[in-house]
Parts: sequence; C-alpha cells; structure tokens
Amino acid sequence: MMPMSKKATLFRLIKELFLTNKKAVIIVFISLIFASAGMMSISVFIQIIIDDAIMPALDAGWPAVADRLFAILIAMIVVYTLAITGTLLYTQIMAKVGQDYLDDIRKAMFEKMESLPINFFDRNSHGDIMSYYTNDVDTLRQFITQSLVQFTMTMLTLMFIIGVMLYYSFILTVFVGIGAFIMFKVTSRVGGKSSERFKSQQKSLGAVEGYIEEMMHGQRVVKSFVREEKAKEEFDALNETWYDDSATARHYGNILMPVLHNIGNILYVSLAILGSILVYFNVTNIGFSGIYPFSIATIGIVVSFLSLSRQFSQNIRMVSQQAPMVAMALGGASRIFYLLSLEEEHDEGYVTLVNCIEEDGKIREVDEETGEWAWKHPHRDGRLTYRKLEGDIVLSNVDFQYVEDTPVLKDVSVYAHPGQTIALVGETGAGKTTITNLINRFYEIKDGKVRYDGININKIKKPDLRRSIGMVLQDTSLFSGTVRDNIRYGRKDASDADVIEAAKTANAYDFIQHLPKGLDTDLSADGANLSEGQRQLISIARAACANSPVLILDEATSSIDTRTEALVQEGMNRLMEGRTVFVIAHRLSTVKNADAIMVMDHGEIIERGDHDSLIEEKGVYYQLYTGALEME
Amino acid sequence: MLKTLARSVREYKRESLLAPLFVALEVVAEIFLPLIMAVLIDEILARDITNLVQISLVLVLLAMMALYFGYLGGKYSAIASSGFAKNIRKDIFYNVQGLSFSNFDRYSHTALVTRMTTDTTNVQNAYDLLVRVALRAPLMIIFSIIMAFSINAQLSLIFLLALPMLSLGIFLVYKYAIPIFRRVFDKYDKLNKYVQENIKGIRVVKTFVQEEYEKTRFKARSEDIRDDFIKGERLVVINQPAFQFTLYVVMTIVAIAGSYIIVNTFGGYDAAGNPIWGDLSTGQLSSLIIYGMQMLGNLMMLGMIFVMFTIFSASARRITRFLHEESDIRNPEDPITHVRNGAVAFDDVYFKYTEEAENWVLKDINLSINPGETIGIIGGTGMGKSSLISLISRLYDVDRGRVSVGGVDVRDYDIATLRNAVSVVLQNNVLFTGTIADNIRWGDEDAPLEAVERVARIACAHDFIMSFPEGYDNPIEQGGTNVSGGQKQRLCIARALLKKPKILIMDDSTNAVDTKTERSIREGLRTHLPDMTKIIISQRVGSVEDADQIFVMDQGRIVDSGTHETLLETSDIYQETHAMQQLGDDADE
Repeated sequence: MMPMSKKATLFRLIKELFLTNKKAVIIVFISLIFASAGMMSISVFIQIIIDDAIMPALDAGWPAVADRLFAILIAMIVVYTLAITGTLLYTQIMAKVGQDYLDDIRKAMFEKMESLPINFFDRNSHGDIMSYYTNDVDTLRQFITQSLVQFTMTMLTLMFIIGVMLYYSFILTVFVGIGAFIMFKVTSRVGGKSSERFKSQQKSLGAVEGYIEEMMHGQRVVKSFVREEKAKEEFDALNETWYDDSATARHYGNILMPVLHNIGNILYVSLAILGSILVYFNVTNIGFSGIYPFSIATIGIVVSFLSLSRQFSQNIRMVSQQAPMVAMALGGASRIFYLLSLEEEHDEGYVTLVNCIEEDGKIREVDEETGEWAWKHPHRDGRLTYRKLEGDIVLSNVDFQYVEDTPVLKDVSVYAHPGQTIALVGETGAGKTTITNLINRFYEIKDGKVRYDGININKIKKPDLRRSIGMVLQDTSLFSGTVRDNIRYGRKDASDADVIEAAKTANAYDFIQHLPKGLDTDLSADGANLSEGQRQLISIARAACANSPVLILDEATSSIDTRTEALVQEGMNRLMEGRTVFVIAHRLSTVKNADAIMVMDHGEIIERGDHDSLIEEKGVYYQLYTGALEME
Repeated sequence: MLKTLARSVREYKRESLLAPLFVALEVVAEIFLPLIMAVLIDEILARDITNLVQISLVLVLLAMMALYFGYLGGKYSAIASSGFAKNIRKDIFYNVQGLSFSNFDRYSHTALVTRMTTDTTNVQNAYDLLVRVALRAPLMIIFSIIMAFSINAQLSLIFLLALPMLSLGIFLVYKYAIPIFRRVFDKYDKLNKYVQENIKGIRVVKTFVQEEYEKTRFKARSEDIRDDFIKGERLVVINQPAFQFTLYVVMTIVAIAGSYIIVNTFGGYDAAGNPIWGDLSTGQLSSLIIYGMQMLGNLMMLGMIFVMFTIFSASARRITRFLHEESDIRNPEDPITHVRNGAVAFDDVYFKYTEEAENWVLKDINLSINPGETIGIIGGTGMGKSSLISLISRLYDVDRGRVSVGGVDVRDYDIATLRNAVSVVLQNNVLFTGTIADNIRWGDEDAPLEAVERVARIACAHDFIMSFPEGYDNPIEQGGTNVSGGQKQRLCIARALLKKPKILIMDDSTNAVDTKTERSIREGLRTHLPDMTKIIISQRVGSVEDADQIFVMDQGRIVDSGTHETLLETSDIYQETHAMQQLGDDADE
C-alpha cells in the first residue's frame, strides 16, 4: 500500500478525531463559531456605537441616545459572554479530545508494531521505526493541540469578516480583496522559496551531523592519530556550507511575516484614505445593508472597515504561518496511517500446546502445570489427538529467500533428535541465522517442510510454537525493569524459587547477589549498567527460566574476559543439557561437543557429520578448525 | 551562561545588533499609523480635506518604511542566528578536539552529538526569536501605552490596570503548567526509550511470546502521559479565555466611556477650565481601540516567548557546561619535539581515572622495556591492561610516579610528537567513510601508494584488499560495515604502522583475526620493523607466547613477569589461563 495523499489524510484525521468523541467535537465546532464571531464583533460594535450613538448624540445630545447606548452595552455583554464561554469550552474540550486521540494513535501504533512480522524490523532501521513515535507523533500532537483549532478558527473568522465587509460595502470589500490577493501571492512566492531553501538546508545539516556523528564516534582514534587539525578543517567546510544554506533559508522564512504584516499596514492606510475620499465625495455605497451615498453611509462603516481589515490581514498571516506546520503534520499522519495499514503476522495454526499427564501410556490434558507438555491436534474429521512434546525437529529440503530470486537457503535438510546439539558453522551470510529464523517461523519457507515432533510447523499456533523454543541471542536485549523481571520474562508465573534456580543454572546467581539490590536491582534502559558478560548470563537465565525443550543459541563473539567466559560457557552447557539445541557456534569447544556439525556456505550445507569424521574429511571444517580460515 | 554563549557571536555582532535595531525602527514607524489615521478620520468628519494629501503621503510613507525595516530585520536576523549557530557548533567541535581521554570518559559520544545537533538548533531558534520577536513584543507594548496616553491619559488608565492583571494571570498559568509539562516530556522520553527497547528486542519479545504483556505495559504508560498532558493543556489554555475576557472588558469600557467623553465632557471641568476626563474625538477613539488590542495581543506573544525560552534554556545550559570543559592534559612550556627511541619505563606508577575514585586502577607499576622488544601483557578484563598502555601516549596523566618514553618523561614531550611516535591500535577501532587507502593514510596523509601497500602487507591485509573490486580504492561504508571484524582489525594495524611509530601498541586488536594470520602479522612486525617496540595486549596466551617479556596483570598490579616458559613455571594466573584456553581450543595452538 502506498502512503495516502494529503487530502485523504486530512479527511481521515478529522473523521477519526470526530469519532473519538462525536458530541465533544460538535460542541467544539459550535463554540468555535461563537468565539470567532466574538472576535469579529469588536469591529461591528465600533460601527454601531459611532453611527447609532456618537453621531446622533453630537447633534441631539446625550439623553437622546442613552437608551440606545444601554441596549448596545447589553448586546456587547451578551455577545462577549457567549464568545468567552465558547473559548473556554473549546479549549478545555479539545485538550481532552486531542490527547485522547493521540493516546489512541500511540497505542494503535504500538499494538500494530508488536504484531508485525520480523521482516518489518529487518527491512526498516531502528531509527526509522523510532521516528514514527518521535517525529511523526510529535508533529501530529502539535497539529491537533494547536494548528487544527487555530486553523478552523481563522477560517471561520475570515468568513465572518468577509460577510460583514460585504454587508457594509462592496467597493471596500473588493479593495481588501485585492490586498488579500497580493498577500497570498507574496506568501506563495516567498514561502515557496523558503521551503525550497529549507530542503537544501536540511541536506547540508544532515551532512554536518553525519560528519559529527562519525567523528565523535571515532574521537579516540582521531586523538591517537593526532588528526585534530584535519578534522577541524573538514568540519569547518561542511559547517560553512550549512551556514550559507541556513542563512538563505531563514532569510525567506524571517522576512515573510514582517512583509505580510506591513502589506497589511499599507492596505490599512490605503483603505483609510480611500474611505475618506468616498465619504467626502458622497460616492454611492452599495452593500448588503443597502444602497446609499457614503456621507449617509457614515464614518462608522469606514472606521469599522479599518479594524476589520486589520483583523483580516492578521488572520491571513496566521494561515500562512500555520500552513507549513499543517503540511508537516499531514506528512507525519500519512506515515502513521501507513504503518497502521501494514499487514500483521498471520497465524493459521490450530495445533496448540497443553499441559498433560501420562497415564498407562496415554496422554491426558490437564489444566494445572505439570511440567509435561503435549501437542493438542484437532483433525478435520473431528478427532482429537495428543502428541507428547519432545523437541524433535526435522527440516527437509528447505528453500528460502528474503527477496524474490535471491535464494538464501538451498535444499537444506537437518535432523535434530530430542536432546541433540546441532552446530551451525560457516562465514557471515552463509545462512546459519536464517535456519533458526525458520524454525520459530520468523520467516516462512519457500519450499520444503519443517516438522516439529512430526507435526508440520505451519499447523502449530505461532505463540505455542515459539513458547516451546527458547533463545539466547548475541544481542542480549534486556528490558528495563528488575533483574527478576528480566529472568522471568518468558514465564510470568515463575516463582521466586524458579527464578533463583534459573539464575543458578546460568551461573548468574553469584554476581546478581553482589548487585546493590540483588534480584530487585533495577536495570536502567537496556541493562547499560551491566557488563557484556553479565548481560549474557542474565539472558541465559532468562532462557533457563522459560524452560523450553528446544533452544536456539547464538554464541557471542564479543570479547569477554576469560573468567566470565568460562562462567558463560558452563552456564550454556548446563542449559543445553537434555534439550534439542541449534547453536550458531563461534567457540571451537562448543562445536567439538556437538552431536552433528553443519558447515554452511552460501546457503548450502557443504559438510555434515561429527567432529572426528569431519576432521578426517580434511575439508572446509578442517581448515576452520586449524585456523586456516576465519570463523565468524 | 549568557556570557559564554555570547562569545560565539563574534563576526556576526553587526548583524546581531542591526536586526533588533531595524525591528525597533519598524515598530516606531508602525506605531504612528493609528494616531495619524485618527487625524484623517476627524478631518473627514469635519468635512475638511485640506490636509488629506499630506496626511495620506505620511501614512503611505510610514507604512512603506515599516515594510522596509521589517524586511531588513528579517534579513539580518537570519544571518545573525545562522552565524551564531555555526560558531557555537564550531566552538563545541573545536573544544572536543582539544579535550583529553579523561574528558571523553565523562561524555558519551551521543551526548556530544546532541550538543552539536539538537541543542545547537534549539539555541539558534532561541537566538532568532531573541533578536526579532522578543524585542518587538515589549517595544510594541511600551509604545502603544505611550500613544494611548498621548491621546487620552485618563481613559488609558484602564490599560495600566488590565496589563498587569493579565500578566499575572499568564504568569500564574505558566508557573503551574511548566512543571507539569517538564514532567510529562520526561515521561515521554522514557516512553520512547521503552519503544526503542522493544524494537531492538523484538526477537526476544516474539520468542518468549510477550506481545500482549508489552502492549499492556505500553498502554499504562501511554495513558499516564495522556492524563498528564490533559492536565497541563487544560491549565495552559485558560490563557485564552482570560485574554479574551480582559480584551472585551477593556474594549467595552473604552468604547462606552469613550463615546460619552466625545459627546459630553464627562466628569466636568477642573478649576482651569480643562475637562477632567480629557478630550477625545471619534477618530481618536478608534485608534485607542487599536492600541489596546496591540498591547494585549503582544502581551500574549510575550508569554509564549517566555515558554519557549524555558525550553531552550535547558539546551543552552548543556552547551555552556560543555564549553567550560577544559582539557585535563596540556602541552608543557618547553616541549621536547623528538623521541629518541622506543624505550619505555614505568617508575612507581599509581593511577586512577577520577580523583574521587576510591581504588587505584594501577598500583605500584614498575617496568622497563628496551627499544625493539616485543612485549606481551596478559590479564582479565578490568585488570588494568588498557589503562597501563594509555599512559604511554599520555592519553591520561599518572597520579604518582612517572612514565618515560625514550628516556624522557612523557609530560615533557610535545603531545603531537609523542602520539606520532606511539601508535595505538585500540580495542574498539573505528574506520571512517572514504576508501581503504584513505583510511590507511590516516597514519600519514602524504604517503605514496607503495608505502600504503607495504604496511598493508605487514598487517596481512594486502590480499583481502586486492580481493575487493576496486582494491585500495574500494570505499569503506560508515561504521566499516562492509569489512569483517578481522579485516577491520588488520586495516587498523596497517593504519597504525604507516605512522612509522617508535612504539606500536596493539590492545587486544587481533582477537577477530585467525590464529595463523595473527602469527604471520607478528612475524612480519619482527622481521620488517625490528627497531619498533611492540606491545601486545591480549587475553589469549597464544598471542603473547613468543614475546621477549610477558607481564601478567591482576587487580591493577603486575603480579608476574618473564617469558612464556618461565611464567608457565612460576605464575599461577598464567598457568590457569593457559590451561583453560588449552582446554577450550587446544587446536588453536
């Protein structure tokens, strides 16, 4: 699906906002009408006071108009009270409606994100996904809390003003119309130039920031190589280019408002002059209020027109100020709507995982936790069969590709019997990680079959399939929360004893006890206050706590010191006991102890067997093992 | 804070002064418009247009002048704010270049990037606002008051009453709202961090089937933010009806009382025969109303500017704090600019990273290395190996004792001379955007291709470089993502060699290189560069076993030293490490 057009986005936004709380939105709209009518009425009351009170009073004296003036006062109080009430209402209501809607959007986005297939995360950089939440939601927030209401109010006010102008005088309205036309021309010209320059400014800013990012990252290298002066030189060149672009972009941006403002002033004084001439020469005035010579049509109309024209140009200025923000917000909204329209991971599985007990060789499903699991398999003919969960995984003749026509795996077959360890060995990009991604169905195979305890994994419900496969990845990804929260991440009902048990299995308990609050130590975002080795130990404990019969291990390559390394190794070994394990191996010791080793190259298994037989073969594995090839 | 920032204005002082000057002139030109217009209206009312042409000319001229001044103000403010931002960014960048490693320890690289990106942009916006609007609004208010008083002082008293009342209202609203917004933006940041964590760990979430749990957690946080936002918004928007209330009350009073004054001389006359409530014409009444609206409107603007400055001030504070950061390491008075040879000696060296730290990172270090020797340093993570070698090129200064290179205390050398003589291949090495040759030439910009090739051969990098389609001209992508870890390390070694250093330090920088290649690199170094002192840090016994001297480090001390053979006899730690690695990957040996 393509992102939506601006117009469609705007309509959808307004529609959704309306649906969030229909009654409130209607009240807001009515309140806006009152509020903008109130703003406009200042000018009208001036006309009425001048023409109906001051002028007659100058001739007939104050008492003659006292009643009339009193009526005007009452009218003013009524109109203004309504206007203030309107403003109070729409601002208070919108504060809630807007935030409710934003909250809905945020939640919808997050829920959508959690349900998207892994390949979305592989295809989009983390930064890009983040920018949905930061930039896009932010511009939308500004749009909804500020621009939208202001824009509506400005439009309403403009409509009111034009109406009143036409009521008073066609000639003067036409004159103001010409002024408005000029202002729009200027806005689109200067504004167009500004946004054009702004783009190149963004580009050169990107260049400076990219350079800064790279240099800050490598700052220690810069210093060791005494490259400071060179870095300054290169930086200066980019910074100067940015300055030129920024100065021109801002030039157009900064002159727009004062220029518009003063065109408004010129319009204002010209109107005063024109009005004076019209009144003086008794030129006939035509308006919806009637046709009469200007001298009768009164000075009130001219004065009122003056203040109307001020409000008019002020509102046009508001529109041109809001326009770029509205455009930006619509851009953000259309990206958000695009995200929300993406297709979720689907699940056509019907085989589920249940607790069971085995009696007389028969499997019986039970509700309580027994530590024994079975696949519950409903058949088309209505039969229900149970199969014990054992962890037997077979890939037969599997083909896979991430993108059309670039095969990543070719005719791969792997047999992993319960309790066996299968080591995957080979260069980066050989397809080791891909195999593990297919087993837990992060990706769908193109051809071939994957069977789990004899059941085609396409038939197994994804959550149940994944619950039965634990994982320890290179990138340990801990979550904010306590150590305890992190360990029982995969099994929320794990007891404290379970957690401690898991930590002990993983060899993590010792260091956890030395943390300030033990298991209750809060890990700041992504566990930044732990060492790499400690993070690995926790992620092993996490997998141990989840206690699934199949394990996927991606051994870390990063260097941790020998002692911690030994702890990690031992923890891993204990975790692997009694489980079916697929391990992407980097340590030769792990490989050596595996039941079967698959040597992969360009998506194919080129050698298979156990350590001894492969050494004897003197092939690629032999070279890897003796250090003639790099293993990554 | 302002003083530090103001130093960055420099060559844009002229524009920084011209911008507000023209803005002020614009305000002055504009402020007279309603006043003169009143004269025009009153002339028409009196049916006397003798001065119409002159008045019109003055009006048009003033409006044109305002336009021109406004244009100039915009123009100069654009230059001033862009130039200011350019200089700030430059000052920060230059400051970073001048800092030492211990300064970097206090700032993460993302923090430094943020100083030069987001924070600088924020300060630029504030500066732009400052030289234009921040001056315009108060000027407009002051001049409007003066004008209003010149028309009818008595009636204008109402403005003097309304202005402080509205200001107080605005102030109170913001006073209570700003802390709420600070809090909610803080929560917002946390929410974003939480989302980021989820994106990064999505495989973990899905593997452990925790999508629903994460959704629930997110929901709670999002709703908490919503509630806070509503609270803050509801408070802030009170400003609008408050503003309207003031405006309408003032306008009504001015209109009704004004018309009464026009018709009657309200309040009678004083002893001198002047009307107590002053005089007013119809034209003047209309300008009074306009001045009133200008005053109140600009007051609202001032409130908004105030809020924006509170947002920007956080950025400004961060930048200032960083600009005050000074390098801990400076050149000596009379620096020595020649390093005689690659001898290294540590005499009773004690070191810790910060003064406040309780424990020494290095304790009682004594060692002496002859030029051309190969030295191995071995020990676990955090035992002080990297700290030890960082003292040689004076990335940090010792707290006690002395480190000397070529027989001279490192603190007496010119820093650039010293660092050019000591080449360090760091643990976390970084390649930069550019070709492979560019990257190696970091060591010596003007080196001919033959020299580049020579070092690449010693670092065992030549063969794989040639396997790239464009050989030495093949580009390295940002972050060096198109070469493998082992290849990256070899390029970094080549880069370090091109400097023709007297001392080469490799800080665990061959751990991704296979054993065979690693051995040939060591052999290459020995045969081709016999005079260069080579210091190899490693966790692998295999990487140091053929060294002339091996130092074993534990808890910041050198606990054992000797050759591979003697250490196997005498050192427990060395034996243990050796045994463990033999067990793990004996085939490596």
